Amino acid sequence: MKEEAKELTGAQIFVESLLKLKVDLIFGYPGGVVLPLYDELFKYQKPRHILVRHEQGAVHMADGYARSTGRVGVALVTSGPGATNTVTGIATAYMDSIPIVVFTGQVPTHMIGNDAFQEADIVGITRPCVKHSYLVRDTKDLAQTIAEAFYIAASGKQGPVLVDLPKDVLVNQAKFTFPESVELRSYKPNVSAHVKQIERLADALEESKRPVLYVGGGMISANAADELKKLSHHTHAPVTETLMGLGSFPTADPLQLGMLGMHGTYRANMAVSHCDLLVALGARFDDRVTGKIDEFAPHAKKAHVDIDPTSISKNVKVDIPVVSDLKDALKKLNTEIAKRKADWRHKHEDWLAQIAEWKAANKMRYQPKKNIIKPQFVVEEIDRITGGDAIFTTEVGQNQMWAAQFLKLNRPRTFLTSGGLGTMGYGFPAAIGAQAAFPDKIVIDIAGDASIQMNIQELGTAMQYRLPVIVVILNNGFLGMVRQWQQLFHGRRYAYSCTEFQPDFVKLAESYGALGLRVEKPEEVGPSLERAIAARKPTLIDCVVDREENVYPMVPAGAPITKMLLA
Amino acid sequence: MRHTISVLVENKFGVLSRIAGLFSGRGFNIESLSVAPTLDSSTSRMTIVTRGDDDIVEQITKQLNKLIDVIKVVDFTRDEEFVEREIVLVKLNAEPSNRAEILRMTEIFRGKVVDVSARTYTIEVTGTEGKVGAFIEMVKPLGVIEIARSGKIAMSRGKKSLG
Ligand SMILES: Cc1ncc(C[n+]2csc(CCOP(=O)(O)OP(=O)(O)O)c2C)c(N)n1
Repeated sequence: MKEEAKELTGAQIFVESLLKLKVDLIFGYPGGVVLPLYDELFKYQKPRHILVRHEQGAVHMADGYARSTGRVGVALVTSGPGATNTVTGIATAYMDSIPIVVFTGQVPTHMIGNDAFQEADIVGITRPCVKHSYLVRDTKDLAQTIAEAFYIAASGKQGPVLVDLPKDVLVNQAKFTFPESVELRSYKPNVSAHVKQIERLADALEESKRPVLYVGGGMISANAADELKKLSHHTHAPVTETLMGLGSFPTADPLQLGMLGMHGTYRANMAVSHCDLLVALGARFDDRVTGKIDEFAPHAKKAHVDIDPTSISKNVKVDIPVVSDLKDALKKLNTEIAKRKADWRHKHEDWLAQIAEWKAANKMRYQPKKNIIKPQFVVEEIDRITGGDAIFTTEVGQNQMWAAQFLKLNRPRTFLTSGGLGTMGYGFPAAIGAQAAFPDKIVIDIAGDASIQMNIQELGTAMQYRLPVIVVILNNGFLGMVRQWQQLFHGRRYAYSCTEFQPDFVKLAESYGALGLRVEKPEEVGPSLERAIAARKPTLIDCVVDREENVYPMVPAGAPITKMLLA
Repeated sequence: MRHTISVLVENKFGVLSRIAGLFSGRGFNIESLSVAPTLDSSTSRMTIVTRGDDDIVEQITKQLNKLIDVIKVVDFTRDEEFVEREIVLVKLNAEPSNRAEILRMTEIFRGKVVDVSARTYTIEVTGTEGKVGAFIEMVKPLGVIEIARSGKIAMSRGKKSLG
């Protein structure tokens, strides 16, 4: 006799489903309509729930968890304001294709549309910034919906999925059966590379005298860094990464060109502008990368491997499109390349020599000063002391760019940053999410003094759960990147970009029971970092840095990427 | 160039808003859109008429395909021979002086009078978008009170089907 499925409440089905999916952590914040659910979380005592201080924080934490582990991050919030507070976090994850599932409470189904207390049409509000969303209308659909939500978030081009849960759906009962697997007739995400296209790509690489591999965040989502290394090392093709791609290819590799684009390295931008073959791998020709689009890689044949057909030939016409999971495509490409008899080592020696010249001509650099801390120096110290063995997050602005330019990354999923949306306030909660996933790792948020104040309340979360995140504030007393643009493009008129008032960050940290350190001299930077790492508790290091330091190289928005301001 | 695109979608809550939102959010235009369930009540078929150069329309079809609830997309204008129909209802002032002319036009366009009142005629005309448009132009001088167009529907010729 077949075992009869048990009748469970929606709230129980929710918890059971998450356990089936092996969810170990939820970042959440309770409120009226989700109380039945919280009651079950209390009774089950699993998955582990981390109480945040603001729902935006919960979503960024789920995002940081997802980026650092490769698994789906989960956030849970109440209806109305709880739900609307998640929007920035969801949009951040959407722009960077990060797999998270956000559960929002909703008023009971019979009240939807009545402007009930704490009702918000969160499915409507978030529609343009989710991969998909659901409003569950019946408890019997709940398990299936949760299974679909996780499947959609994690497959194909990954992204955030929102599941809106009306209160009655959580309270009513239904039989619980969890689907073994999910099949959707309208969604077939597993695309594998077409052999003909792979052969064309191999031909192009063989013919090329000046190849460049241009790598984006898709490389990290696809977990294909090993295949990339193999490809580059076998063909001697140099690699440049976008901000989102950082960590895909070791910074110290001789074939590494560094980041390209607006704040990219001189050699990366020169190489892309002079190459005869540009192979885009999980990158999307974003405007911060291409600069003036008509003059981007003007001499190059362009190949583009991407899981998302919409990003191929969206901004730039592509000669060899390959719609595929990147790992699958690179595996096939490596097999194909191995069959070719080309003299890979020597065939573009001149090109590599040219790149070496560009590198020598313009290294990433800054002018150290005796008694003033240069922000770049702080990042170098972070790098030196951690030996790159840490997870780094950033806020947005100059801090983000210096982190991108001066950290030496060895592995994917160690550099978490809001690339597409550029969300100030991302780094700290994302660091907490990563730390929750990896309690024993060193996790450092490289922050600006303005950005950090956007989600500083999460110090409470870090303290409560003993998550020893280290925040290093590059404190210039400005909205630094805004000030830089105003200096360069708006006649030095610093319109409302100076934070004339600041809290005492040390006391602020201490008021939470965290460690607060203030650093004013270059020689104190290293020791303070060592102290923070040894403390194994949440730490804010307030580094007073050169106030008007700029990020260079810089390509003015809309200019060709060869037009770099170098200092 | 104008394109006629048929979209087979899951007949689910919110699908229409996802599609409409995709067009408005990405700055694509919709000239007409018609939706109704198919033989299988779990799916709906939409016909969208849009305008844009080839790159834009390619993006539109790719973006439509990317929506989770979209099962199939066919850009007829690019890929296939197709038949198209639209229906219009036109309510006209029917005065003794113009009734004969209205009926004559209706005849020429193989239309039908579907409602008559003391002062009005309502005419139904079916055909290609071009024919429907031409009819409206012809009767405009006769005193149109209102029109309702269905928007175009389309189907490929021969054996092919959307699914
Ligand atoms: C939520 C949000 N608001 C505004 C901006 C625009 N913005 C980009 S960088 C920046 C200044 C950031 O200042 P700070 O955090 O101190 O970093 P710095 O550039 O000084 O390193 C601003 C306001 C943004 N990216 N995100």
